[in-house]
Amino acid sequence: MMPAAATLPPRAASRSLNAKVEPINGFKTVPVGDGYQLASTRMALCQALYEEMKRDERVFVMGEEVAEYNGAYKVTKGLLEEFGAKRVIDTPITESGFAGLAVGAAMTGLRPVIEFMSWNFSFPAFDQIISNASKMCYMTGGMFPIPLVMRGPNGAGPRVSSQHSHAVEALYAHFPGLIVISPSNPYDAKGLLKSALRQSNPVCFLENEMLYNFEQEIPTAEYLVEIGKGHIARAGKDCTIVAISRCVHWAMEAATELAGLGIECEIVDPRTIKPLDIELIATSVRKTSRLVVVEECYQTGGVGAEIAAQIQERCFDDLDAPVGRVTTTENPMPYAANLEHETLPKPHRIVAAVKKACYL
Amino acid sequence: MPTTTDTIGAATGSTAGTRAGDDVLYRVDAKKVRAEIGKDRLIAMFKKMLLIRHFEERADQNYKAKKIAGFLHLYIGQEAVATAFYDHLSPGRDYTVTSYRCHAQALLSGLDPKELMAELFGKVTGNVRGKGGSMHFFSKEKGMLGGHGIVGGQIPVGTGAAFTAKYLGTGGVSVTFLGDGASPQGTFHESLNMAGLWRLPAIYLIENNLYGMGTACSRAVAVKNIAAAKAPGYNLASFTYDGLDLYASWKVAQEAIALARRNEPVLIEAKTYRYRGHSVSDPALYRSKEELAQYQALDPIERIKADLIAEKWLSADEAERINEETLERIQAAVAFSDESPEPPLSELSRHVFAEEPNR
Repeated sequence: MMPAAATLPPRAASRSLNAKVEPINGFKTVPVGDGYQLASTRMALCQALYEEMKRDERVFVMGEEVAEYNGAYKVTKGLLEEFGAKRVIDTPITESGFAGLAVGAAMTGLRPVIEFMSWNFSFPAFDQIISNASKMCYMTGGMFPIPLVMRGPNGAGPRVSSQHSHAVEALYAHFPGLIVISPSNPYDAKGLLKSALRQSNPVCFLENEMLYNFEQEIPTAEYLVEIGKGHIARAGKDCTIVAISRCVHWAMEAATELAGLGIECEIVDPRTIKPLDIELIATSVRKTSRLVVVEECYQTGGVGAEIAAQIQERCFDDLDAPVGRVTTTENPMPYAANLEHETLPKPHRIVAAVKKACYL
Repeated sequence: MPTTTDTIGAATGSTAGTRAGDDVLYRVDAKKVRAEIGKDRLIAMFKKMLLIRHFEERADQNYKAKKIAGFLHLYIGQEAVATAFYDHLSPGRDYTVTSYRCHAQALLSGLDPKELMAELFGKVTGNVRGKGGSMHFFSKEKGMLGGHGIVGGQIPVGTGAAFTAKYLGTGGVSVTFLGDGASPQGTFHESLNMAGLWRLPAIYLIENNLYGMGTACSRAVAVKNIAAAKAPGYNLASFTYDGLDLYASWKVAQEAIALARRNEPVLIEAKTYRYRGHSVSDPALYRSKEELAQYQALDPIERIKADLIAEKWLSADEAERINEETLERIQAAVAFSDESPEPPLSELSRHVFAEEPNR
């Protein structure tokens, strides 16, 4: 049975978790009363895995360091102890191998969750993700759907240079057959991961390392977040900002600064990149007549390019300015702090793009 | 011709000698194995090999008649390998997966030649509704997991099927077919390592037909006997045998499957030969007519037919009747495919995502 939609929305954390006395990792939560628990994104993800593994014995977790090490980023902390080595499995460093193994397991009745220690390491597994996972349902005439969740941190970590800083939303969204999810907060991360585990398509579940410690108060009662439904993170009337994952937080900072200039931004968090809630975005653009898209992907062929194209198809007469795009600049990520800062779509670049859209 | 060279890529090692006289070859007493197989099973395998042969020869004809397009990779000459393995497997409990050269495995899984031929014809009555073609035959019911177009891409999938069998405790095994050309791929080595590490009920069966497309195995693989050389490195058992010999194939299959059922993973190399090019567009100019004739003289179907007649398990007339019946069955499949409709355009967007509802 699917639980009813949550009756409680998430709310801002009223205090921070105390790492010394409270289990900031794992699925064991910190109740704060009123039907809420204090949770980091990391904890919310772990709780989603815990609940779905309890619910369905066919779900197992596999990846590098997920079991005895408790996960490179501790997202799977405590799962080995709870479910044992049969269902929480450390792999060798063999991404193509375990991604393909998961496709085979999904074809034969299991529901694998594989962790890429980071999505940068999905590239050795690219052929398995594209040629096998994304194509299998179609090229078998529907005979073999692939209920597979591939998850891990995506986007730039702090100061890790070019090979460890990719954002892969646009890359994987390009291929029919894959669902791409990129949540920005603990509430959505938990609800969407649970939904991902209850459907039968391959999912690229893109977390963000920089958001693992972001805390929210989320319901203690079970809930799901529907795949393909976006969310208005901030209401406003002057300019729509579509922001993805970590960029939602940068957009919020930018919106606060812009509010000081009298510009009220509406921030749309699509939450799912594919399928994309384009109607939610279009509705906002019809209200504000302006759109800036913010993402960690590159500009060429990015998610913003796709949103801009779809919005000009739907809202051509509503737009008062060209669609602005704030993306990772088109260079491999440099190590130096100042260069990294300028590469990422940080608030100062968002502010500039919104001002340009408003002809300021 | 030289077997080594100072120039990378210029090696043109002779393929002669990679079969006969090799001391790693698993040898069987044909008479004993034939007795163990028995009359009924041997006749059944003879019929299946004929079915594969006729299916593919008709497919080839229809390709030339432009009823079939795209790629068409034929298994002709290699029938004794897969046929013997399927004789020991339980479709449904056990799993098989293979490359784009997948017609034999689909037929041996028990799929109807009609739906397979219709798939080649691109018809909606085809095995995967006209969406896969020659390289993508599948059966959920029979545990036949494809039909894969990327060299080596199927190997982790077979590993995953073995993982499922062990996870669920079904007692099933998986057999992953691959070519010699796939053995240098990373997926092969990653899969062997996982199977060896986790003691999966997995069998990896390299069908060494001496050429990866037009490149002789000796120009692509650093060792002469792939299974014998690689299996110890991954803690797998191994067999190497003459894949043109149905009896050797049957005995190796029996022993390997028994090992795998005890969670002892196995790597096998069947030394075999394909009579046709890599695909129908390949005239196979990289090998001599004499070489082809040498292998055709060892044709597995002709040899089994001769044995059945010599044993008086079949008369020549009965063998010919089986041949005719098989041919008629394939002709009926061709007629069915001709008459079948193309997929409706509504199929274009179907099955991109699963149609089954959320759970």
